[in-house]
Amino acid sequence: MSETSTAAQPSPPAEPTPREPRDRGGLLAYLIGHQSGVVIVVALVISLLVGAALIRYQGVNPAYAYETLLREALVTDGALTRTLQKTAPLVLTGLAVVLPLRVGLFNIGGQGQLVTGAVIGAWVAYVAGGLGFVGALLGMVVGVALGAVVGWVVGVLKAYRGVHEVISTIMLNYIIAGISFWLAVGPLAAAGNSGIAQTELIPEAARLDAVAGVPVAFVIAALLAVVCWWVLSRTTLGFRFNTVGANRGAARYAGIPLNRIVILAMAAGGGLAGLAGALEAEGTLHRFQPAIAGSLGFDGITIALLARANPLATLPAALLVGILRTGAAGLQFSTGIAPEIVDLLLAIILLMVSIPVLGTWLFRSRAAKVSVASTSWGS
Amino acid sequence: MSESTPEPLPPVAANDTAAQPAAGRSGLDGGTAGEVLLSIQGLSKSFGSVRANRDISLEVRRGEIVALLGENGAGKSTLVNQIFGLITPDSGTVSIQGDAAKIRDPKDAIARGIGMVHQHFQLVPVMTVAENMMLGHETTRGGGFLDLEAARSMVRELSAKHGLAVDPDAEVDDLPVGSQQRVEILKALSRKADLLILDEPTAVLTPQETDELLGVMKDLARSGTSIVFITHKLREVLAVADRVYVLRQGAVVGEVATAATDARRLATMMVGREVVLSIEKAPATPGEAVLEIEDLRVQDDRELVAVNGFSLTVRAGEIVGVAGVEGNGQRELVEALAGMRKVVSGRVTLGELDLTRANPHRTHHAGVGHIPEDREKHGLVGTYSIADNLVLNEFDQEPFARRGVRQFAAVRENAETLREEFDIRSSGVMQTAGSLSGGNKQKVVVAREMSFRPRLLMAAQPTRGVDVGSIEFIHRRIVEARDAGAAVLLVSAELDEILSLSDRIAVVHGGAVVAEMDAQDADRTEIGRLMAGDH
Repeated sequence: MSETSTAAQPSPPAEPTPREPRDRGGLLAYLIGHQSGVVIVVALVISLLVGAALIRYQGVNPAYAYETLLREALVTDGALTRTLQKTAPLVLTGLAVVLPLRVGLFNIGGQGQLVTGAVIGAWVAYVAGGLGFVGALLGMVVGVALGAVVGWVVGVLKAYRGVHEVISTIMLNYIIAGISFWLAVGPLAAAGNSGIAQTELIPEAARLDAVAGVPVAFVIAALLAVVCWWVLSRTTLGFRFNTVGANRGAARYAGIPLNRIVILAMAAGGGLAGLAGALEAEGTLHRFQPAIAGSLGFDGITIALLARANPLATLPAALLVGILRTGAAGLQFSTGIAPEIVDLLLAIILLMVSIPVLGTWLFRSRAAKVSVASTSWGS
Repeated sequence: MSESTPEPLPPVAANDTAAQPAAGRSGLDGGTAGEVLLSIQGLSKSFGSVRANRDISLEVRRGEIVALLGENGAGKSTLVNQIFGLITPDSGTVSIQGDAAKIRDPKDAIARGIGMVHQHFQLVPVMTVAENMMLGHETTRGGGFLDLEAARSMVRELSAKHGLAVDPDAEVDDLPVGSQQRVEILKALSRKADLLILDEPTAVLTPQETDELLGVMKDLARSGTSIVFITHKLREVLAVADRVYVLRQGAVVGEVATAATDARRLATMMVGREVVLSIEKAPATPGEAVLEIEDLRVQDDRELVAVNGFSLTVRAGEIVGVAGVEGNGQRELVEALAGMRKVVSGRVTLGELDLTRANPHRTHHAGVGHIPEDREKHGLVGTYSIADNLVLNEFDQEPFARRGVRQFAAVRENAETLREEFDIRSSGVMQTAGSLSGGNKQKVVVAREMSFRPRLLMAAQPTRGVDVGSIEFIHRRIVEARDAGAAVLLVSAELDEILSLSDRIAVVHGGAVVAEMDAQDADRTEIGRLMAGDH
């Protein structure tokens, strides 16, 4: 995952350019240059060690537990498909945090945006189920659109009213959770089984399944990660995003419309999270239930931070979370270890990774001189 | 500004009358009139290679108002921060009432009777006046409850005693700036300050508030409080100060009693450096009018009028220098012209285009090159490469982008060319701009803004924080732009820069042009006087 270190370099792609600062130092200088990659590996190792101690404490051999976890996530029949299915929405919710992060906004409303996409996507796919795959597609499009609307509201509030995006996204998470529950028991509730909050089952034809063991949802998510990377690093739009995030004053000076970029980034983030919701509804439960969201939206924050705001790096980061989450279920089955161990591991990884980020924030100027590579969160 | 090169400074213009105490005052509360309250001997302080203060000595007596006068960067703030214990001197002593013990920190300074009112107030906006007054010295009663009543009565008592009316229950946020400043002064007085330091106290005030403050200062001095105040406004010095120390490049270059001087002499002392960076240039051949500003009005960030009826014409092929003490609306003027600040009223035209309501994108594409005053904040993205910074406002134009996709080869080629042409010293065009020296950063900005051959080049403080070699280079480039037919608007707080570059000079004060002259007829002292608002 060390390629994550070159995260927010909106500069021309690394041609074989002379990399002058590198010739003094050797190994240590190289490690400093690839700080963030090193940090992530170290964080991973430490969290696995802490996890091992806890597993040991519960009387299970850690090596066996980890082996079981990996086997259940990757090796057993259909496990890889399940893991990739799990990974797909995580990539998207990760991207939903990455894009706004590039303009200096912290979107922690992925959860709400995802739920929006899930409830509306499930319903549209059900209604348009007769159209087969087109119905599924419609579900996705509407999911993206409504998720984007949620993000757009946050962006407008931020741009024109100065409402901090963290506040508005948190609030919207609650509001949307309430509305989606009401929809699932009220207007959109499945007929027949009263009492259970869920929408109608999506017809077989409009479901998203795996093709040759690879979930369609994962393919879509992976493609979008590449698209996001391309847009951010190669297009003028990406340059606008990065410039606003790196120096608002300079962006304004350069004639970049700040408000429009802020709104666009939030809407794009919301749309990606909304798509994650639609895919999840169409690909797993084939209907909306409030529990469908789980912690997918919040895991997106972890993933974006692990990926250091690099869209491509959200793929391995999401895969890591996907493996841990999928494997955890099997782990409980065969060893009795609570699946919450995975949350613990993720929390430790995030904590370790966040500390240098904190450092970058605190010692911005000094850090900028030391490592240009790790300044992805709009200094 | 203050280069490390120690150039010989003129000797201190000691003035006999100055040495005498402000005699004949009545109503002193304590101590004897003329008792030396603060004495500074041989104080020096350097920041890296910049010598902010060199061998400064001064005295302040009880009940005396002493002004520290000087241009920006002359070392005034550094000096008072050392008195208040915010900065530790490299050498020299500060003694208060004969006690030369080192002032460790502001707390120590307060304990020894020094109060300071900073330019940016240190108040908690959501608290009331009384609450702010007791902050850090809270009195309690009944086991841990704040004794607000005591604070309230203290405020009332102090404001009655010093004639500083404030409502103890008003929330600071709701008070006008002038009243907030009073709270700061009261706060200092409540800590029993014998010596009050005011750092540019009038910079944030309206003219009426300024007059009130000057009155308050006089009253305080009459009742025995000594005041040291920093300013670059001559009028205020002459209105309230007993004595003036003039600082230039970190050293005291003059000390006079205000009774024995006038604005003209003070202005000469303040800006009168005779080292002029001369630049060879042919006489201007002005063409048609390019920039026309008519009766422009612009507000500053606090929504106070900063540019107030500013009118000026800049023609092709001439450099018009806007001279003025900083804070007279120059920043707001340039930002408004660049489309970065809203115009309240008036008109800005560039040739046949009306740019009054234009945004930065439009002004740029109308042909306005803008070297911004604050290059770190506006001019550059420090984490971007030199190459990206060189296309910061052209990145979406051909050939640097095609149908929304950036063309890195063109960006790079452009950078290589400009790096060569503008002598940007770096390891390559992919080096981050943030890691360049001040001079080279500025060359990046200058290169970008001149490379598209603007019709109008606006240069705001183009050589601030730039080394001497780069200054010369940038100056030469500005003249070359003029010779190529561009209209150049140069805004600078450095009178030398204005004098050596301009073909025509407009002196600005209070947001309006107070005088316009041909550069050949310009007289430095006269300009200094006009800049100081004496017209």
